Amino acid sequence: MNKIEDNRAWFLILPVVLLVAFSAVVPLMTVVNYSVQDIFGPHQRAFIGVEWFREMLRDPDVQASFVRQILFSVIILAIEIPLGVLVALGLPRKGWKSSLAIVLLAIPLLVPFNVVGTIWQVYARPEIGLLGSTVNALGIPYNYTADGISAWVTIVAMDVWHWTPLVALLAFAGLRSIPDAYYQAARIDAASRLAVFRYIELPKMRSVLTIAILLRFMDSFMIYTEPFVVTGGGPGSATTFLSIRLVNMAVGQFDLGPAAAFSLMYFLVILLVSYVFYTILQRINAS
Amino acid sequence: MSIVLKGVGRSVNGAAWLSDINLTLEPGGLYVILGRTLAGKTSLLRILAGLDRPSRGEMQDGAENLVGVPVRKRDVAFVYQQFVNYPSFTVYDNIAAPLRRQRLDRAEIDRRVRSVAEIVHIDGFLDRLPQQLSGGQQQRLAIARALAKRAHLLLLDEPLVNLDYKLREELRADLRNIFRDAEHTVVYTTTEPDEALQIGGTTIVLHEGRVLQIGPAAEVHRNPASTTVAEVFSDPPMNIFEGRIEEGLLAFAGLRAPLPFHMQGGPSGPCRLGLPPHRITETAAPGRVQLTGTVTLAEVDGSSTFTHFEAAGGHWVMQRDGIRPKPAGSACTVHLDPADFFLFGTDGMLRTAPGARTRKVA
Amino acid sequence: MAEIAIDNLRHSYDNDLSDPSRLALKRVDLTWKNGSAYALLGPSGCGKTSMLNIISGLVRQTTGRVLFNGNDVTDLPTEARNIAQVFQFPVLYDTMTVEQNLAFPLRNRGEDKATIRRRVGEVAEMLDLVPLLKKRAAGLGAAEKQKISLGRGLVREDVAAILFDEPLTVIDPHVKFELRRKLKLVHDALNLTLIYVTHDQSEALTLADEVVVMSDGEVMQVGTPQDLYERPKHRFVGNFIGSPGMNFIPCTLEGERLVFAGGALAAPNWLGPRLKPDQKLAIGVRPQALCVAGAGEEAVAGRIVEAQLRGDSYIADVAIGETLVKMRLPDHVALPTDVFGVHFPPRSTLVFADDRLLGDLHEQD
Repeated sequence: MNKIEDNRAWFLILPVVLLVAFSAVVPLMTVVNYSVQDIFGPHQRAFIGVEWFREMLRDPDVQASFVRQILFSVIILAIEIPLGVLVALGLPRKGWKSSLAIVLLAIPLLVPFNVVGTIWQVYARPEIGLLGSTVNALGIPYNYTADGISAWVTIVAMDVWHWTPLVALLAFAGLRSIPDAYYQAARIDAASRLAVFRYIELPKMRSVLTIAILLRFMDSFMIYTEPFVVTGGGPGSATTFLSIRLVNMAVGQFDLGPAAAFSLMYFLVILLVSYVFYTILQRINAS
Repeated sequence: MSIVLKGVGRSVNGAAWLSDINLTLEPGGLYVILGRTLAGKTSLLRILAGLDRPSRGEMQDGAENLVGVPVRKRDVAFVYQQFVNYPSFTVYDNIAAPLRRQRLDRAEIDRRVRSVAEIVHIDGFLDRLPQQLSGGQQQRLAIARALAKRAHLLLLDEPLVNLDYKLREELRADLRNIFRDAEHTVVYTTTEPDEALQIGGTTIVLHEGRVLQIGPAAEVHRNPASTTVAEVFSDPPMNIFEGRIEEGLLAFAGLRAPLPFHMQGGPSGPCRLGLPPHRITETAAPGRVQLTGTVTLAEVDGSSTFTHFEAAGGHWVMQRDGIRPKPAGSACTVHLDPADFFLFGTDGMLRTAPGARTRKVA
Repeated sequence: MAEIAIDNLRHSYDNDLSDPSRLALKRVDLTWKNGSAYALLGPSGCGKTSMLNIISGLVRQTTGRVLFNGNDVTDLPTEARNIAQVFQFPVLYDTMTVEQNLAFPLRNRGEDKATIRRRVGEVAEMLDLVPLLKKRAAGLGAAEKQKISLGRGLVREDVAAILFDEPLTVIDPHVKFELRRKLKLVHDALNLTLIYVTHDQSEALTLADEVVVMSDGEVMQVGTPQDLYERPKHRFVGNFIGSPGMNFIPCTLEGERLVFAGGALAAPNWLGPRLKPDQKLAIGVRPQALCVAGAGEEAVAGRIVEAQLRGDSYIADVAIGETLVKMRLPDHVALPTDVFGVHFPPRSTLVFADDRLLGDLHEQD
């Protein structure tokens, strides 16, 4: 109802359309091009249809990476979402303490990805890293370069350290938008702390939490830099996630065709899951 | 130039918000659009402002076609229900903002800002920020900015609805004077009959997207064209009930009375009758008929009491001066004079209003 | 049910009582009788909501005591005070059904299932919510939501008082009538102590047995709707109640006459002795009380400057010499076109000294 009708508005979005075309559509079409051809040299290529896709789906390494990737995203969400909500609930709601807490929380978000990787790479080293040596000194065998479990724990801990603040900030924004009257009504109704969380805070945070889950899923599903810096996908292939596998294939082995097919499927999976989340989000907003 | 709307309609997603609006707005005229919530008042204002495009019909300013002319190119000012001001500007700069955009020289801006601020009584607060003003003053500021612009068309969309009633009372009285002296064509919307009467000018009664009646405020109030207008233009709404005219008698609510003078000479048969709440009394007098009922609620509205009661299978409301609480459920006996009745056809259209005959004779 | 007393209460949001002009509440003493309906009426910022929140315990007063049935509840938290509150905007538990919403306060207090079912049924019946019981509360209209909020208060049998904070703000005008009626009926049926905060005089006067008029952190008057209308104790009340408000005409006492610019009225014999030196006098009279003088009635000469039609009458600006007063005139009698006699009925013509009511012109000692 509050729309102003003017067809010239379309011209205003033209620059964006062009930008998106050059930055996304053209590269994507290049990838599509590679994915359906077998390329032998600069002028030697053959159209092979969906052969690369079929090969990629059958590739046990790819399958293993996929399972690993799903597992990783599930673990990340299972830890970061509840932890973020808990942190948000614990933050002071008003005054300078609140501002300070937000600034402190936001610090990990400001650190570049590769630096995060480097920090943890050093921090967790069993021989010289503060964390690594402490854990070992406590008698717990820990070495992320040799032991798969240790490597996983390191990567997960790093991601939790890096991204839980984002979830917490989103949840906190949701909490702060709840009018005081709700808390007052709950006191009058003698609701317990748990009931306040269950019936007021959680429902009111639902839409921001959906956004948080969506963002964290997409990011964790595409994780590359940090494990690349810390473990390089190892030990063995213990932390070889989809993107690391993809880069190894495309850059390391120069298998452009399969890599293109792979990345298209990768892209479609993320698109599909994001779409599902988007639909859920819409439905929540509608109700 | 007069702004003329011919057959203007607007539909949104298949629902008709406005249908077949025909209006002529004379330059310098004052028009009050009266209608309940969702009657289409805001839609009509937005079309006049050029914020929305009508789905059908023509709209002209003199010879110029207005349909499709964007709001920026029109000479309009708009005052909203919410107090819309620039929060970081002082009162002075708020009023001056549209003038600076018109690139007037400093002296002229200063002169206009001060004169407008004086008209709306905020000349004492020129250095303050909007936040430091009361709600009433904030809305006065928004009105001042609209006035300063000296737009051809000044549109106000229920500007007083978010104010306390005492402030509303003050501002209404001031607005009447401001509009009377202004050169703009003013279009003002409201849901309140009293506000329409107080602001005055030409009243346009809008109901479910259609214009039901246009005329001077007092004229429309005295001679509502239909039962719907009578209900919309009366707070509490006029009592409307079924009646029947036969052989010089008027039958209604299980009662019979001689046919009052102003209804004589019309056709017999069923009809509908209207009685303004303040015409129901608790004192008997010759010519009045008695009705007994049960009180549902006595609403006290500051200076008068609206007693709602059920009688003869219908809902009635009586308005009396002063504060006269009556417990719900108690019995009440009231007296009605058929000489006060409005006579409507079964289609709801007015046949005669009380006093219409006598006034013509005099 | 309880009698609620407020004893020597003062409140400041920064807990600093040194500057009286910055207090949200400046010394309030009040008693709310058991089973009565009260309204707290005043313009925005007058302290009425602060008062409500102090009674419910959501805000703790800076000094003074709040007593329920004589027991000091100042240190008791909200949930222990047994009050219910309905807020300006409907507060509902969105994920619950209407039934679960109504049952919530009882469930939290550990009531048994049979009691809960019985109470919820009774309250739903009273508020016409029975057909909605199984519906989700989130999808309902504002009026239903407010009824549910009210219902959550009513389900508790032991509730000491129900507090309302402008509960009809978000309700459409034509639905308001039905809700007011419902509230009135519920109050009459249950004999609850009801405290209702509003800035709308019609709501206050319609719903309350007694109205507490507040301005700027102070209680201006406590009285029945008639008291406030006919005997406003303070100029503020005279102006705030009634529309248009009461006329105030500055005047002086000269011998046995009350003289104002343009006329004079006979002064009552008690006025001279009661008057302190340097007090500013004013005559207060409602526009509805003034009338065209009949034969033999005392009158001053006036002339209509402007008359505006209202729904039921004219409100005329009448010039009496240099004094301008508002006067209500019936709409079915022709308006006087020339100078006419304005009658000030002595029983409804009040004398104010320094904005405070002294008495009316009819009383004699």
